[in-house]
Amino acid sequence: MRKEFAEAIINLSKTNDKIIFLTGDLGFMALEGVKEYLGERFINAGVAEQNMVTMAASLAYEGFLPFVYSISPFVTLRPYEQLRNDVCLHNLPVKVVANGGGYGYGIMGGTHHNIEDIGSMRILPNMKVFVPFTKKDVHAGLQEMANDPSPNYLRLNLASTQDLTVFSQWRKIKAAEGNVQAVIIGTGTVVDNLFKLPDSLLGGLEIWLLSKFPVYDIPSELSETIHYTKNVITLEEHQGQCGLHETLASLLLKQLKTPIQYHTLFASGYPSGKYGSQQWHQEENSLAGKNLENKIIEFISNPHAR
Amino acid sequence: MYKKANAGHVGCSLSCLEMTVFVKFDLMKAEDELILSKGHAAALLYSVWAEDNIISEKELETFYQNGTHLSAHPPVNKIKGIPFATGSLGHGLSIAAGLGLAGKLKKNDKKIFCITSDGELNEGSTWEAALFISHHNLKNVVWLVDRNYLQGFGRTEDTMKLDPLDKKLESFGFQVEAADGHDFNSLKGAVARFRDERPLAIICNTIKGRDLALQDTVDCHYLPLTDAEYQKLINQ
Repeated sequence: MRKEFAEAIINLSKTNDKIIFLTGDLGFMALEGVKEYLGERFINAGVAEQNMVTMAASLAYEGFLPFVYSISPFVTLRPYEQLRNDVCLHNLPVKVVANGGGYGYGIMGGTHHNIEDIGSMRILPNMKVFVPFTKKDVHAGLQEMANDPSPNYLRLNLASTQDLTVFSQWRKIKAAEGNVQAVIIGTGTVVDNLFKLPDSLLGGLEIWLLSKFPVYDIPSELSETIHYTKNVITLEEHQGQCGLHETLASLLLKQLKTPIQYHTLFASGYPSGKYGSQQWHQEENSLAGKNLENKIIEFISNPHAR
Repeated sequence: MYKKANAGHVGCSLSCLEMTVFVKFDLMKAEDELILSKGHAAALLYSVWAEDNIISEKELETFYQNGTHLSAHPPVNKIKGIPFATGSLGHGLSIAAGLGLAGKLKKNDKKIFCITSDGELNEGSTWEAALFISHHNLKNVVWLVDRNYLQGFGRTEDTMKLDPLDKKLESFGFQVEAADGHDFNSLKGAVARFRDERPLAIICNTIKGRDLALQDTVDCHYLPLTDAEYQKLINQ
């Protein structure tokens, strides 16, 4: 999504001279065009993310629209207090752009992964989290972020190739063929792995995508399907707390009138202590491939499975 | 204010009192900004702002009380001329760097004054900001260090040695001047020596809790004024 992101920033900058782009010394083979287009409004703030984030708050206070960019953990967890105090408490429109949330940096290892980003960002005051799914989502999401007077976080990853046209918080991206065996609610590009399941399994699944946080409501159509199937599976490339499934569970507790089976698929970290590609980590955590397939079969055939 | 609230942070307010008054009334134009990075001296900031009629005397009375805007550290988005809440140390110079960069991009004459403590120079983020200000030659930023040689739980030189601080700041690319932080003429002289070539940092040598019985001790950072001490100060 980095290429689409760079294109989108340049497009936005054509009509918005308030945009300032700050990078924490990253963007090789991706942001050169942004640098060239923005000129003095492109700042390499150095490997100094705490200073970069606070400066972005000051620039926003002065009426600019600053974007701060780095690898996900470096632009979220490293300057977390700067984000909370200087950006979010003051409700300033600083746009945090993170490359590679989840296991996106694969073999680079645990320091470069961020399976805590959605949770840590969504609980900050005034912060909205954007988790695009497709390349088109990047353009639409970025436009929405530019129009939002509050802080935002954008998680970039390898885009899905599914053809979705409209970017919105909730999207039903696949209907079941015949009876619905389970409703899968996912966030982020990990959801794309569902479309690689065998047709016999995929056919019974209704799939919903959540692409923005915080979330306060469940669409009535989804709510009805949940009541009907009573079998929900959540899917996220994020740790088990504070991400999709916890926020969804609290909503369901408020809205549901009947008990349902609630299964969760999430990133549990590094169960084997070994490292590999993003795909490898997803498979190890049952978020992709045969392990994902087996888990879903188990959840459908034995509703009480954990 | 401190006596009425029975609150600490008296010593650290007294150490940067003259510096803050000097910046506010001798240096600042209407559009300029003062960032008090050592937010624990908030009562001093509120008092100076009251002298400039930004905060009313009545509102000053609410300091430390439930339901006040005047918390023990500067609040968020509530007081004109206090653009950012401070209190967590090591943020102020980055705030100043961002405001300075904004001024450079807007090509305006706005000046940014930033008062840091010396203890907060332990924070790495302060040095990130110093590198940035120097690299971009943000001469619209003026950094004043309240050099009282005391920090939260000991003396600065026993905790994480800062001296030779002037050499450190010079090596980061600042024009460094020293001043007696309690003497307006000395502060004025330091500013007058600004050559307008590099960003200016003024090491303001001060005494924490100056004129208190507990001056130059960690105690005066935390302990409220006794009745006798308060009366003595009022009588001076």
